[in-house]
Amino acid sequence: MSSLTWWLEVGLRIVVVFLGFMVIPLVVGQMEHKAMAHMQGRLGPMEAGGFHGWAQLVADGVKFAQKEAVVPAAADRRVFQAAPAVALIPYLLALIVIPIGPGTQVGVDLDLGLFFALAVMGIAVLGPLMAGWSSANKYSLLGALRSAAQLMAYELPMLLSAVSVAMAAGTLSLPGILGAWHWYWIPWQLVGGFVFFTAGLAELQRPPFDMPVADSEIIFGAYTEYTGLRFALFLLAEYAGIVVLCLLTTVLFLGGWHGPVADQQLGWLWTAIKTFALAFVVIWLRVSYPRLRADQLQKFAWTVLIPLALFQLALTGVVKVL
Amino acid sequence: MSHTTYYSAYSIVGILFLLGILFVVFALTANRLLSPFRPTREKLLTYESGVDPVGEGWAHTHVRYYVYAYLYVIFAVDSVYLFPWATIFAAPGFRGTTLAEMFVFIGFLAVGILYAYKKGVLTWLEQ
Repeated sequence: MSSLTWWLEVGLRIVVVFLGFMVIPLVVGQMEHKAMAHMQGRLGPMEAGGFHGWAQLVADGVKFAQKEAVVPAAADRRVFQAAPAVALIPYLLALIVIPIGPGTQVGVDLDLGLFFALAVMGIAVLGPLMAGWSSANKYSLLGALRSAAQLMAYELPMLLSAVSVAMAAGTLSLPGILGAWHWYWIPWQLVGGFVFFTAGLAELQRPPFDMPVADSEIIFGAYTEYTGLRFALFLLAEYAGIVVLCLLTTVLFLGGWHGPVADQQLGWLWTAIKTFALAFVVIWLRVSYPRLRADQLQKFAWTVLIPLALFQLALTGVVKVL
Repeated sequence: MSHTTYYSAYSIVGILFLLGILFVVFALTANRLLSPFRPTREKLLTYESGVDPVGEGWAHTHVRYYVYAYLYVIFAVDSVYLFPWATIFAAPGFRGTTLAEMFVFIGFLAVGILYAYKKGVLTWLEQ
């Protein structure tokens, strides 16, 4: 392969990843509008774009772009302005290592893919911390400290349950993990999958783990002082985070592109179906569960999720070696 | 991309990173061009439920979870070492011994958590 075709291929992969990053979070957002509305006996957006309000989030984006960017006088200006980028860009980077189909249907096959994805997702949590501290606002500070506490509690079970899959596959490359995958991994890694998905929800500060942005207590947590497009970037980061979490859970615990029929041809479709099913669960939980209190949240992580993750590690090790 | 080398793989990640930064810069520039800019003293005040802010935002707060933070640092550093180990533990010549080592590792973690639990670290308020 000449270097020109190599560059064309790389360019195409990057463009596809970037388009996915721009479009899929909006689809999940629209799905959230609609699913929540119907679960609560409402219609949700119906006007924008004509057909069932499909363009609502596009209209929201246009609105956000026209709003004044206010930086409070007391804020630490540069950190305040940079925080949305720190929250958003890691999820873009995580997408490139996640395979959506068999063979070469992955942005780039890193040897350390799983580790890379978890590492950049850890960086994304710095966004709300920077935002909360630099805002010089009491609500923001409380929200940021709650984010920090939540990250510390849930990063560990997430790492441990991800390691369990790496042990089963004997590799850290995400396409490699799917190459080694068999259907019986679903029951075998079930506990790990539960731990990973729950911990991921907590890292994204999604309900029922949305204490850092609890609107009835601390306005909007670390994002209280944000307006206009920077606020929109934080929202985009949240939905991009949902996409990355659901894709990772699909790849690690639900077999990714493997499916009952035609998975060599339609692998990407199986990935999409599983990912959107998980995204629906994320939305469903938001509608149906009350918010956990700070102490309940810590207790749940340290006394339920971490022991379960350790159990999954032991189970994986024993089954693999025997 | 069968012949992607170590450096070329990470340079693709680097290009995507630059593209991400470009996107944010482009979006914020567009925001600046499209939006009004009329700062007033009141608008730039810190938000505190509609009343004038009292004191500074960078206030002293009681960080109740600092012991959790210690636990986290200890365990997270440990668990990073699991990743290289996970890729080879079932390879020929490793199996039994490395599995036993895993149980030693899990044992350490479990004893640590049990100790913290007994000490009452895992409850939010001192009783």
